[in-house]
Formats: sequence, structure tokens, C-alpha cells
Amino acid sequence: MTTAYAVAATVTDPEMPMLTLEDLGVLRDVREDADGSVDVAITPTYSGCPAMATMRDDLVHRLRDAGYADVRVRVELSPAWSSDWITDRGRAALAEHGISPPGAAPIASGPVALNLLPTRRAVACPRCRSTAVELTSEFGPTACKALYRCTDCLEPFEHVKEI
Amino acid sequence: MNEFHQTPSHSAPDPSHEDGSVYDGLLGTDSSQWAFGTDFEDPLAGVDTTVPDGVDHRMLAAYCLALADDALVFSHRLSEWCSNAPDLEEDIALANIALDLLGQARLLLARAAAADPDVVPVLPEGSPVPAEDALAFFREADEFRNVRFVEVPNGDFAHTVARVLLFATARLAVLDRLTGSRDAVLAAVAAKGVKELTYHRDYAGRWFLTLARGTEESRRRLVAALDQLWPLYPEMLATHPVEAAAAEAGVGVDPATVAAETDVVLEQVLAMSGVDRPQRASLAGVDGRTGRDGLHTEALSRMLAEMQVVARAHPMGQW
Repeated sequence: MTTAYAVAATVTDPEMPMLTLEDLGVLRDVREDADGSVDVAITPTYSGCPAMATMRDDLVHRLRDAGYADVRVRVELSPAWSSDWITDRGRAALAEHGISPPGAAPIASGPVALNLLPTRRAVACPRCRSTAVELTSEFGPTACKALYRCTDCLEPFEHVKEI
Repeated sequence: MNEFHQTPSHSAPDPSHEDGSVYDGLLGTDSSQWAFGTDFEDPLAGVDTTVPDGVDHRMLAAYCLALADDALVFSHRLSEWCSNAPDLEEDIALANIALDLLGQARLLLARAAAADPDVVPVLPEGSPVPAEDALAFFREADEFRNVRFVEVPNGDFAHTVARVLLFATARLAVLDRLTGSRDAVLAAVAAKGVKELTYHRDYAGRWFLTLARGTEESRRRLVAALDQLWPLYPEMLATHPVEAAAAEAGVGVDPATVAAETDVVLEQVLAMSGVDRPQRASLAGVDGRTGRDGLHTEALSRMLAEMQVVARAHPMGQW
């Protein structure tokens, strides 16, 4: 028998459909109660993530189709999502689809330091693997991505930011 | 009401109905077509919003409103740049920053409403408008608790760069301390906000440096913008009685306690940019009242008129 977790784990992110919510680290918990009801916990990647409603509805829909009639989806705000929670499989899927996966998230200690220079990251072009890349913008088409350009193959690409 | 049971968010429209559209027949009866945008979900669904022991729930709500309104009003000002920024990258960047602040505002408004339902404007019976939207769209200007710094109209791009820098520097320092709040919801919102504001501050700091060290014209505009914003800046770091009470109760942060830290960061940017601190006195309140007391400039009313008009025209609207 398929567990509710296994069903929930197949739901993909609405903005990066190559990733499941599990790969993205957004799916925090799936509990099946004795009465057959299912309680799912998800966490937003960013405070204003506009995909939360879609994620919730997709989870409910998929679980309903699998026979779970009573599904609750709750928000878990703490601990705050970190790009470190993206699984290895998720990172491979991102790279395969032309999106550069994040490096290690910064470790918080003391007051947050100001950084007036372009963020230094070890980023490789997901298409030609060249490391000759330049940052175009720290803010991309979704809150979780920055924009880069490869100066060898000249392709622009997106990089999932470290937070 | 912290949890919800999901019910189909929207029934498929009936094509035979006069309000039906040409797309209606294409949708069949699968309500998942309407997964996005037609239903409200509680942004704090399932989150424990119990007010910590010994904390006055009215004070906690008032404190949340101040934090929320700063983010909401500034988010709206930033969103006014959409399709107007100097280039596509800055357009996207400012929209991203606005979205982060809108997300913070939404959570904080929901937290205020959960702490004290009496702060939520009363809407017609049966209205589907959730509490955080009622607070955003159905309060008058004098019920907003934001500092006046965030409400003044946009100027040029340099003005926005200077405003984001000052705002993000002060708010980052406040939220950094707020991560230790006794209120678990505020602590969680702060922890996420710190990560976001770090990006905002770096973005504005880099542009500040670029404009200051750029052309004569870019520098002239930046210096003028900073001079214009300077009288409004101290309000962000002044202690309001609500903030003092929140700090005293261990749920909030007195912004005056982060003034020194904020100043060090600002000095770093000013020194690298070769820009002098403006010599301008702070904008006085009226009878001691400022933005946190609901005393605002005329600009806020104008902004709200535009921001709220659609929601107010349809208090029973389902979006």
C-alpha cells in the first residue's frame, strides 16, 4: 500500500516542476492519523512565495485522488527554509534542466555583515560547464533565483540563491 | 481558526449562466483548474498563535501592525516601479523586494488579527475577505501605523536606492533581534525576514556606491535623494510606546537599541561612497504624534486610495 508520504512526495513545485516538494525541502511532514485523515506540513521558501496556495491545492488534489478524503495542509514557519534542504536528487534535477543549484547557505553568527561587492559563488554554466560566468542580477524571475550569464557559451541562466 | 479543511476552492462556472465566459466549457468539472488565485488560504494555517503568557494581546497586535504596515506601505511604493525601472533587471529586483515585504506584511497582519480580532475592520456579514486583507484594504490612513519614511512618494531611481538602503538597514537590525522574541510567530517571521533583508540591503548598498561613484549626474541625484529622505529617517529608529511595551514584554524590539548598529552599517556605505551625512533636522510630529500614532502625510491617503479601491468596491468579492 502506498503511504500518504509517498503520494505527497510526488507533488512537484509549480514554478520549478523538475523538483518535487520533497526535493525542494518544502515538504516538512506528512502524518496519517488513525481515522485516515492526513496532516501535511509545508514551509514557504520566501515570505511572499506566491506558490503556497498552488502547492497546498496540488497536495490535497493528489492525496484525494489516492483515496485520502480528509487532508489538512498546514504552514510550518520555523525553522525558516534554507536552500541547504534541497536534496542531492533535487540539485541534479535543477542542473539537468539548466538551473544552477545553490552552494552552501551562509551560516548566521552575530550581526549580518554588509556586502558591497558582487556575491562570490562557485557557479558553473549548467549548459557548457564553464566557470567563466558573470552575475547579471541578484534577483531573478522567482524570489529564490539570481540571474547569471556564461561568458563562454553566452547563454543566460538562473541560479538558485543560497539562503 | 488556525487550521482549515480543504474544500474545492471554486466550482466550475456554468456556461449557461449569463455571467459565464467563453472559456467555461473548456474547464469541465475539475475544480483543480482553479487551484491558484481564486481561494484564500490562511498564511498562518496550523501555526500556533497562542499569545505568550503575561503578554497583553492588544499590545502584541498593535506592535505587529506597526511592523506589518512599514512593510506593506513600502512594498506598495516599490511595486509602483513595475515596468518603470531603468532596466529590466532593476524592474525585477524591485518587484522581488516588494514581494518579500508583502509576504512579511501578510504574515504580520495575520498575526495581529490572531492576537486581537478586534483590530480587524468589520465587513458585511458573509464577506469572504480574510483578516489580513481586511486590515490591508479596509483601514483608513489614520489607522495605519507605519513610519512616514515609507509612505512619501517615489522620486527617481536614486531616491529608491537610498530609501531601500535606509529601510533595509534599520529593519534588518530590528528583525535580527526579533528572532529572539518570546512570540514564536514573530520569531519565525523575523528569522525568514533577516535572510530576505540581507539581500535587499546588499542590493541597495551596491547601487548606492555605484551611483555615488558613477557620473556627476548620478552622484548629484543620489546626494539630493539622501538629503530629501534624511528628515524622515529618525522616525524609524525612535521608540514608540508600543515598541517599548513590546520590548519590555520580551516579544518586540525597541528600535532605539539598534540605532548604533544601524549607524555603523550606514557609515560603511557613506564612507566607501564618499558621501557626507546630510545635516538636516528630523521631521517633527504634530503634537508629538508621528506615523506610529496614525499621523501621516497626505501622500499615504492618496496611495491607499489607489491601493484599496478595487477591494473596497467589492467587499463581498471572491478573487
